[in-house]
Amino acid sequence: MQKKNWKAWLYLLPAIAFLGVFMVYPLIDVFVYSFEEGYNSASQTFWGTGLYNYSYVLHDPYFLQAVKNTFILVIITVPVSTGLALLISLGLNSIRRLRDFFQTVFFLPYVTNTLAVGMVFMILFKKTPYSDGLINLLIQFFGGRPVDFIDGPYWAKILVMCIYTVWVVMPFKILILTSALASVPQDYYNAARVDGTPPLRIFTRITLPMIAPMVFYLVITGFIGAFKAYSDEVAIFGTNLNAAGMNTIVGYVYDMLYGDSGGYPSYASAAALILFAIVLTITVINLMISCKSTQF
Amino acid sequence: MDYEKESLRAKRRGRVRRVITYVLLSIWALIVLFPFYWMLLTSVKSYSAYNAEYIPSFFTLSPTLQNYVDAFTTVNLARYFANTVIFALATTAIMMVVIIFAAYAFARLDFPGRDLVFGLFLSLMMIPAELVVITNFVTITNWGMRNTFWGLILPSVTSVFYIYLLKENFEQIPEELYKAAKVDGTSDLKYLFKVMLPISQPTVVTIVILKVIECWNSYVWPRLITDDEAYFLVSNGIQEIRENGFGRENIPAMMAAVVVISVPLIVLFLIFRKKIMAGVSRGGTKG
Amino acid sequence: MKVVLDHLTKRFPSRSKKGEDVIAVNDFTFEIPDGQLIGLLGPSGCGKSTTLNLICGLEAPTEGRIFFGEEDVTHLPPENRGVGLVFQNYALYPHMTVLQNILFPLQNLKGEARPSKEDMLRRAEEAARLVQIDMLLDRKPSELSGGQQQRVAIARALVKTPRVLLLDEPLSNLDARLRLQTREEIRRIQRETGVTTIFVTHDQEEAMSISDLIIVMKDGVLHQIGKPQTVYDEPCNLFVATFLGTPQINLFEGRVEKGTLYIGRDAVLQVDCPDREKLTVGIRPEGFVLQEDGPLCCTLQAVEVMGRDHSVVSTHPAARSAVIRSIIPSEETPQGKPDTVRFRLKPFKTHLFDAETGARVPFTAV
Repeated sequence: MQKKNWKAWLYLLPAIAFLGVFMVYPLIDVFVYSFEEGYNSASQTFWGTGLYNYSYVLHDPYFLQAVKNTFILVIITVPVSTGLALLISLGLNSIRRLRDFFQTVFFLPYVTNTLAVGMVFMILFKKTPYSDGLINLLIQFFGGRPVDFIDGPYWAKILVMCIYTVWVVMPFKILILTSALASVPQDYYNAARVDGTPPLRIFTRITLPMIAPMVFYLVITGFIGAFKAYSDEVAIFGTNLNAAGMNTIVGYVYDMLYGDSGGYPSYASAAALILFAIVLTITVINLMISCKSTQF
Repeated sequence: MDYEKESLRAKRRGRVRRVITYVLLSIWALIVLFPFYWMLLTSVKSYSAYNAEYIPSFFTLSPTLQNYVDAFTTVNLARYFANTVIFALATTAIMMVVIIFAAYAFARLDFPGRDLVFGLFLSLMMIPAELVVITNFVTITNWGMRNTFWGLILPSVTSVFYIYLLKENFEQIPEELYKAAKVDGTSDLKYLFKVMLPISQPTVVTIVILKVIECWNSYVWPRLITDDEAYFLVSNGIQEIRENGFGRENIPAMMAAVVVISVPLIVLFLIFRKKIMAGVSRGGTKG
Repeated sequence: MKVVLDHLTKRFPSRSKKGEDVIAVNDFTFEIPDGQLIGLLGPSGCGKSTTLNLICGLEAPTEGRIFFGEEDVTHLPPENRGVGLVFQNYALYPHMTVLQNILFPLQNLKGEARPSKEDMLRRAEEAARLVQIDMLLDRKPSELSGGQQQRVAIARALVKTPRVLLLDEPLSNLDARLRLQTREEIRRIQRETGVTTIFVTHDQEEAMSISDLIIVMKDGVLHQIGKPQTVYDEPCNLFVATFLGTPQINLFEGRVEKGTLYIGRDAVLQVDCPDREKLTVGIRPEGFVLQEDGPLCCTLQAVEVMGRDHSVVSTHPAARSAVIRSIIPSEETPQGKPDTVRFRLKPFKTHLFDAETGARVPFTAV
C-alpha cells in the first residue's frame, strides 16, 4: 500500500509541477505584483507597496477607453449572438434535408484561425484609396454613404468589431443550442399538439423553459468570453489597439506587459485583477438569476 | 368548422414556414461562407488586377498562383508553418502524457488526499489565463527561454479541463476489468496502456484534435514570448505580414497566406467533423 | 364515443433507398363501442403505437378512414379531435407544477371554448380529485413517484373531457406492485368517467385483466378482437393462442383419422371433424388432467411446486417444444410408473390449427 501511494504521486508529479509553476505560483504572484509600487522589471526592485497601481490604472485614459469598448462589446454581442443562434438552431431543428450540410457550414468559423479570417473582414470593410471595399459599395448601392469602418468614426469601428465577434462566437452557440433543442423529448411536442398548443406558446411555455439551463450557460460563458476579447480586435485593427482607440481590457493588460508601451507588470497585474473582479461579479449575478429561474 | 379547409390552411402555413426557415439558414450560411470565398478569390487575383478594381469583382477569369509563390518567398511562411506544426505536435504530445498519467492516478489509484487534490485541480479551472500570463511571461523571460520552443510549449502542456474529461471517461470503465487484470498479474502501467487507453480512445482522439486546434490558433502567448521571426507561429506570422510584410497593399499575397494557414484546420475539421463537434459540445456542456 | 377504423393503412417509406415500404398498420377495420375500455395488444414493434398515433391524429393514415361516432376525423388535426393522450413516459412538463401541467391543455383553448379562470381551476381540481392527486397540486413532477406521475398524466389528458382517451403502454414504467394497483385505478377512472378508452400494451395479462374488449395484432395485421375470455377460449389462429396465456399453450403435431385425434401415436380425443393428415394441436396448461390410464403418455421430467398448483414438466415425442408444461391442482400427484405420466385432455382447452396457415380448425368433441 505504501508503495502504491508513492506511485500515485509519481503519476501526478508532472501535472502538479506544471500547474504549480504556471498556474498557482503566478496566481499568487499577480497579487504581489499588483501591490508593488514602482516595480522595475530590469532591476527587479520596487519602492513600496500599496494601491497606487490600481489607482494609476483606473485613471489611465487608455484603460477607461478599453473598459468602455469592452462593455459595449459585451452588451451588444452577447444578446445578439445568443438570440441569433437560438433562431438559427430552431431553424436547424425543424428541417431534415440539408441539415448536416448547414451544421457543418455553421461550425466552420470555430476551426479557423481568427487572426486570418479577421483580415478578410478588414478587407471587406476597409476603405482604401483604390477601392471603397465591398461593404461600402453595398451601402452605396442601397443609397447610403460610404464609411471607413477600420480607420473611421468610433461607432463604425465598434460595429465591425461586434459583427466580427458575433461571427466568431456563433458556431459554439449554434452547436450547443441545436443539441439542447434536439434533446427535448419529442413526446412533449406531441403532447402539446394533442392539446392544440399554438407554435409560439409551444416555444415560450415548453421549448424555452426546457433549454433554459443551456441558454443561461451560453449567456454566462458568452459574458466571460466577450470580456476577454482581444485577438479578434487585433485581427481587424492591428496590434496597436490604443492608437485605433479600440483596445480591450485584456489588450490593455498585454500592452502594459510587452511591446512599445510595455514593461509594467505591476500595472498589468492590477488591470488583470480588476478584469477578474468584473467578470467574477457578473458571473455570480448571472448564476444567481439562472438558479432562480431554472429550478425544476 | 370546416375541417377540410382548416387542414389545408395548416398545410400551407407549414410550407411557408419551411421556406422561410430555409431562406434564413441559407442567408447565415452565406454570411459564414462568404469570407472564405472572398479570401480564396482574392488570393488568385493578380496584384495589378486587384488594385485596378474599384468595384471588386465576384469572380476572376485569369486566376494566378503567383500570390502563393510570393507568400512563400517574400515572407517566411514555410517557416511559420513548420514552427506551428512543431509547436502543435510537441505541445499536444507532452500534454497527453501529462494528463493521461494524472487522470489515471485520479481515476484508478486510491491514495490519501486524492479527493482534496482533485478538488484543488478543479478550482484551478476557474482561473482565467489572463491572470497568470503576466507572471509566466516574467518566469519564461527569467529562465532565458524567450524565442525558444520550450518557452512556447511549457506553459500550455497541462489542462485541468482535459484531465477532468479523461478522468470521467476512465471512471466509466468497469472496476471488474481492473480486478480481472490484477488477477492475471497485469501491472498498473500495462493495464493503463493495454486496456484503459484503447477503451477511452474516442475521448483521447477528441482531446488531441481540440488541443491541436487550440495550438494552431494560439496567438497571445506566442506573441508575448517571441520577437524573433525564426520562432513565429502562423498567427503571429500573419500579423507580421500584415504590419510589415509584402508592403501593406499587397492584399492578394496576404490572402494567399491566409488561405495557406486556414486550409489545414479546415481539412482536419472536414475529416473529423463528427468527432470535433461532439467533443466541443461535450466540452462545452461540462466545462 | 364510438370509434370506427375503416380499412386503415399506414405505410412508412423504407429507410434504405431500395427497400420496400414498411407497413406498420395493414388494412385495419374494426369498431369500438362507446364507453368501453379496450386493450390493444401485441408484441413490441407490431404497430400498436402507430395505430394509437393514427387515432389521435399525430400521424396521417396512408389509406382508410377514422370515425368518431358518425364524424369522419381522418383529416382532422389532433387538437380538433377531442382526444386525450397519455404517453408511455408521461411527458409531464418538468418545469411546471402538477396544477400547471393539468391546466395547460385548458389554457390552449381559444374563443368560446376557453373557460374562465375559475372554471379552469375548478376543472383541473376535479380532474386531480378523480385520479386522487389533489393534495399534490403544488409539486413538480420530479418530486412525484412513478405512479403519481402516471395519475397526473391521466388527469392532464382528462381535463379537456376528451371524447376518446388513449394510453400508450401506461404501466410499463411502473414496478410490479404499482402495476397491479394502477391498472385497477385505470379501470376505476374509466368506469367513473365513462370515456371510451384505448390502451396499448404488450403484456397480455394486463390487457386481459381490465379490458372490456381486447384487440390482438401482430406485424400491422389485426388478428382478433373480442372479449378477453372469448379470445382466450377461442383463439382464431395459432398466433393468438400462443400470445395469450402463461404458461404458454403447449403445441403438438397431430392428425385426425376417422374421427379420432392423434398426438403422435396416442389417440387422445374423439372429434367430429373430417380427416386431416397434419394438424397443430394446442393444449392449454390447465387442459391436462392426471389420469392413470389417460390417453396422452408423456415422459416425466420434474414436478415444480408452486403452492396453489403443481406444474408438471414432461416431454412427448410429438411436442413442438422441448418440454410440456401442465398445471394441476396441488392435491394430485403423478402416479404409476416413476418416469411416465398420463393425461386426459379437457376438450374445450384443446385447440386445433391448420399446420400450414395456423388458422383455427373448429371441432366438437364427441
